[in-house]
Amino acid sequence: MHKHKLRLKKTITIFSISIGIFAWPFQGFSKDISILNASYDPTRELFRSYNHLFAEYWKAKTGDNLTVYESHGGSGKQARAVIDGMPADVVTLALAGDIDALNRYKPLIDKNWQNRLPAHSTPYTSTIVFLVRKGNPKHIHDWDDLIKSDIQVVTPNPKTSGGARWNFLAAWAYAQNKYGSEDKAYQFVKALYARVPIMDTSARGSTLSFVQRGLGDVLISWENEAYMAKKEEKSNSFEIITPSISILTEPSVAVVDSIVDHRGSREVATAYLQYLYSDPAQRLIAQNYYRPCNPAIVMEFRDKFPSLTLMTIDKTFGGWKRVKDKFFSDNGIFDKIIREIRY
Amino acid sequence: MSFVKQSVIPGFWFGLGYSLIWLTLIVLMPLIALVLYACHIHYDELWRILTNRELFCALKLSLYTAFIAAFSVSILGSLLAWVLVRYRFPGSKLMDVMIDLPFALPTAVAGIALTSLYDQNGFLGSLLPFKVAYTPLGIMIALIFVTLPFVVRTLQPIIKGIPKSIEEAAFSLGANSFQLFLYVLFPALFPAWLTGFSLSMARSLGEYGSIVFISANIPYKTEILPLLIVSKLDQFDYVGATVVSILILLVSFAFLLLINLIQNYVKPNRILWILNRFHPMALFTKDPL
Repeated sequence: MHKHKLRLKKTITIFSISIGIFAWPFQGFSKDISILNASYDPTRELFRSYNHLFAEYWKAKTGDNLTVYESHGGSGKQARAVIDGMPADVVTLALAGDIDALNRYKPLIDKNWQNRLPAHSTPYTSTIVFLVRKGNPKHIHDWDDLIKSDIQVVTPNPKTSGGARWNFLAAWAYAQNKYGSEDKAYQFVKALYARVPIMDTSARGSTLSFVQRGLGDVLISWENEAYMAKKEEKSNSFEIITPSISILTEPSVAVVDSIVDHRGSREVATAYLQYLYSDPAQRLIAQNYYRPCNPAIVMEFRDKFPSLTLMTIDKTFGGWKRVKDKFFSDNGIFDKIIREIRY
Repeated sequence: MSFVKQSVIPGFWFGLGYSLIWLTLIVLMPLIALVLYACHIHYDELWRILTNRELFCALKLSLYTAFIAAFSVSILGSLLAWVLVRYRFPGSKLMDVMIDLPFALPTAVAGIALTSLYDQNGFLGSLLPFKVAYTPLGIMIALIFVTLPFVVRTLQPIIKGIPKSIEEAAFSLGANSFQLFLYVLFPALFPAWLTGFSLSMARSLGEYGSIVFISANIPYKTEILPLLIVSKLDQFDYVGATVVSILILLVSFAFLLLINLIQNYVKPNRILWILNRFHPMALFTKDPL
């Protein structure tokens, strides 16, 4: 069903592009403009509806016909595609670190990008929760239950997946908070990763392994992805478990300066991101299982989002730059943990 | 002009120049770019990457799964090629066409299909008493699937070229079917078999798409070399990724070179000479030949 939908969407996109090309010489006063949004995997459904919403808003405001093209993939891969020349006007990626990485070889984006939009350029957040099988047969209620000897944990590889990095940090934040020291956190996360039988290369891959292949007892996952998996699975064979402590995942959005300046699309690209903070967009975000950044809208949907203690990357870990060097670089803490478990 | 042997066919310089241009544009330039890019690396960094234990484990896994897969596929493929050339049965033409399907299918699709078939809840995986998906065995099965056409397609024309009359002659001279295989068919097929083997092996070393699904991707255990490249890329470590890909390239090249040398040395008459010296048939018959 999903595949068909995608194919249909592709057909429609190609069709509309070709219509656009033929119609180009006949255009009237309203301009046909387009922007490209490079996003990560789980936002497919969110941006599909948001693009309609924003195109209508933009049409009403300026009269221009806007088409927003979408590109989805692993967050790091999308950043790399933009580095290598994909003309994305805006990037909406899984973590701020991937947007910082755009400047790694050539300066593509203002260093200060995170302060240009409200809430640290994070119009929606999410957190890390557990997906378990119906009836919770292994009695999983919190992080401590994951390191029991009869549990198999499914989580992707932090080296290739942005979501997996959040999972890793959520476990670390929990242990550090509960047991009080970095050493204890190290031991906890090591015990956790010893229970991981397979590491897919992406968060969607892990969801597939858990949901379709029936692997493992618990999937560590984005909250939005867990709800999405639950919604897609009609048989209702999963339950979402919210742990006592988790991490506030902050997917970030930014206008790519070098590209909008080149294409002359800064105005529409900026508006595209700013409108994410408007009330209708925030409601749409909540309907797609992301936590809105506007507290009033969160209150509207409060029965949907259980409250829990959320640690932030900046306060707990000192920002993405430090996290990357300390945990995920070659011979960093993740490499060390895996080496101790496996070798 | 002395280094070129005179040929009656005209157009040597034109032909050479034309093919060199294309070869340079399409094959050589990307490879040169790869090497040039890797030259950015500092010596210490290079040493650190190459002495990494994770890299060593991935290299070992990639090499042995590729070797075993190439070996099994070359036996399986020879049998298949033989059947397809020598027998006509309903559907044989269709089967012949189907051999190429692994080439046509996106490797990711093959990987996902094989995984659902062979994991614990899959149709075959639930019947088998041992684990296939998420183990090196699963990797080998994916590789066999992907490289099967190489062997079949290299052997088919050779088998076609062996006339039936040769077999009949061998039989009428008193050879049994094992002797026929060992002294007549094997020496003729061996060079092509070796080509199929080395093509499969080289392809297997670089295969990524189908394997990431069927392998558990656990570092030190089931992480293949190409995955290591991708994970370096995802860390934005372009230079590190380039170094590892050059390593794969060098290993493949060394391997292909070795096979080529063997092929140049081992001609059918040499194989016969070896067979005659060691009399392997003596193991099977009481009277020496």
